[in-house]
Amino acid sequence: MSAAVRVSRTRRRSRLASAVLTLVIFVGFILMAAPFYWLVVGSTLTSSEVFSNPPHLLPGDQLVANWVNLFGERGYLRPVLNSIAISIVYVIVGMVICLCGGYAFAKFQFRGKAFLFGFVIATLAIPSQVTLVPLFQTMVALGWLNSYQALILPGLAFPFGLFLMRQAMQSVPDELIQAARIDGAGEFRILFQIVSPALRPALAALGIFLFLAIWNDFIWPLVVLRSEDAYTIPVALASFSDGNTTDYGQLILATTISVIPVALLFIFMQRYFVSGLLGGAVKQ
Amino acid sequence: MIDLAVQSPVQSPPPLESTPPTRSRRSARRSWLTPRNTPYVLLAPVILLFAAFKGYPILSAAYLSLTTNDGGTQRLVGIANYERIFNDPLFYRALLNTLVILVIQVPIMLALAMLLAVAFHSTLLKFRTVFRLGYFLPVVMGLVAYGVIFSVMLATDNGIVNVTLQSIGLPKVPWLQDPVWAKVSLMIAMTWHYTGINTVIYLAQRQTIPQDLYEAAAMDGAGHVRQFFNVTLPGLRPAILLTVVTSTIGTLQLFDEPYILTNGGPDNATLTIGMYLYENAFTYFDFGYASAIGFVLVGMVVILSVAQFRLFKEEK
Repeated sequence: MSAAVRVSRTRRRSRLASAVLTLVIFVGFILMAAPFYWLVVGSTLTSSEVFSNPPHLLPGDQLVANWVNLFGERGYLRPVLNSIAISIVYVIVGMVICLCGGYAFAKFQFRGKAFLFGFVIATLAIPSQVTLVPLFQTMVALGWLNSYQALILPGLAFPFGLFLMRQAMQSVPDELIQAARIDGAGEFRILFQIVSPALRPALAALGIFLFLAIWNDFIWPLVVLRSEDAYTIPVALASFSDGNTTDYGQLILATTISVIPVALLFIFMQRYFVSGLLGGAVKQ
Repeated sequence: MIDLAVQSPVQSPPPLESTPPTRSRRSARRSWLTPRNTPYVLLAPVILLFAAFKGYPILSAAYLSLTTNDGGTQRLVGIANYERIFNDPLFYRALLNTLVILVIQVPIMLALAMLLAVAFHSTLLKFRTVFRLGYFLPVVMGLVAYGVIFSVMLATDNGIVNVTLQSIGLPKVPWLQDPVWAKVSLMIAMTWHYTGINTVIYLAQRQTIPQDLYEAAAMDGAGHVRQFFNVTLPGLRPAILLTVVTSTIGTLQLFDEPYILTNGGPDNATLTIGMYLYENAFTYFDFGYASAIGFVLVGMVVILSVAQFRLFKEEK
């Protein structure tokens, strides 16, 4: 009898705790999600509606007008295409380079290995601002200002990707690779046809991180890009508010468009993102 | 079988009389790739890229930091740039701003991330998947994008935040115009952006703490609070070390947020070391001084990281 009372009391208490906890987390959720909501709503408002009092909390009817302005007189298509082209090349090349490098670091013994890997990891401690000036001077010397290669190549020295691939590679059994060698498969065939398929989750994580790095990159493109037709999305966005009058509806729509690809990627590949973030430390 | 034998390096054709064995091996199919050179071939792009875009720039910056711009050419001046840093009031201002943000924002953010990780691990929380997505999504938002949306929302006149505050009878806040509030705004934006990533790390580590430990603690009469301090916190130690070190490095190098939200102002209230470095390099084109600031920053990053590793080790 008394046991039953106690059980029902603890159950009631835990139900209350559950409600309180969920409510608190819900309030935080609203705060975290508010900027995303305001991005979506702001995209459909005029500049003055964005700053109106009382506020427009629901979507307005300016989406089409903002879109027309943005892709018409603003010429937003060019930076969008630039960003897409650069990202595709960067992600593919970056994945191949990190895959090859990770394979060498994880599965081969060779002279200079410790030094090389140590150097790669040590560069993580160097703030990017330190190398900004010499890199900029290098680009000037090579005549690469305003070029796609200036945007792509320096970022391909991606220590985190190498680290990630090396960690993932270590989970591939040596016997698998030995067996393929005995069967006469070349090293590149082993890597691309035997090892890579076993590493799909890690490769997905690598792809996401490469994409985030290039898509969101701002300071480096800002430094090496001079003319507007070479702008990437972040540089174009920053230049929108340079003038005296900023069309905020248009600016917010442009921002929303820039966020959509990374948000979708994250929502659908959340699992890989998390495992990659932990350097493959957690099994899925 | 025949095909396999041809491809195997062991069974490559016997050396011809006229050429030394190594030459003939190289001429066999695919045998330019020997077991000895394979790792170097695989790493060739990595070596080239890191030499060109990491190694060379680091050495070059080290040299630049010992020079000054003298009518268009860099002239060696020894450690003059470093001496200048220690007598530069603006550098101390930037250092102080950076440290204030470090000391206030990082503990708040990590404590929040810790509480969130505990909440997300608890079965008491409903709708976990949706909530988790909401808390983690800011991580992927690019700097410029979130700079835009925060400056729009935090506008003093009729920005959505102030409109909301006024509607519940509070005064409007000069978020980006007042020296103190500008710092607060930066910290809010950073907390919004990076809390999720730290939560993910705690959450993953939390899942590795064995349930037995909690059962044993409960048997000994420890309540939820005691369990948190005696089981959860010690279990999360590696994750805490990781997040403390990475957040400290990130904050010491803080550049993106002040650049995009406040441009270092008002009245240098949000001028960080990273901002000051960038201004010297790309506003005043004083590359030597900027590089010297960069290496002082590297020094601080290394010292603080090592200190934090030591501290966590000793407490063990």
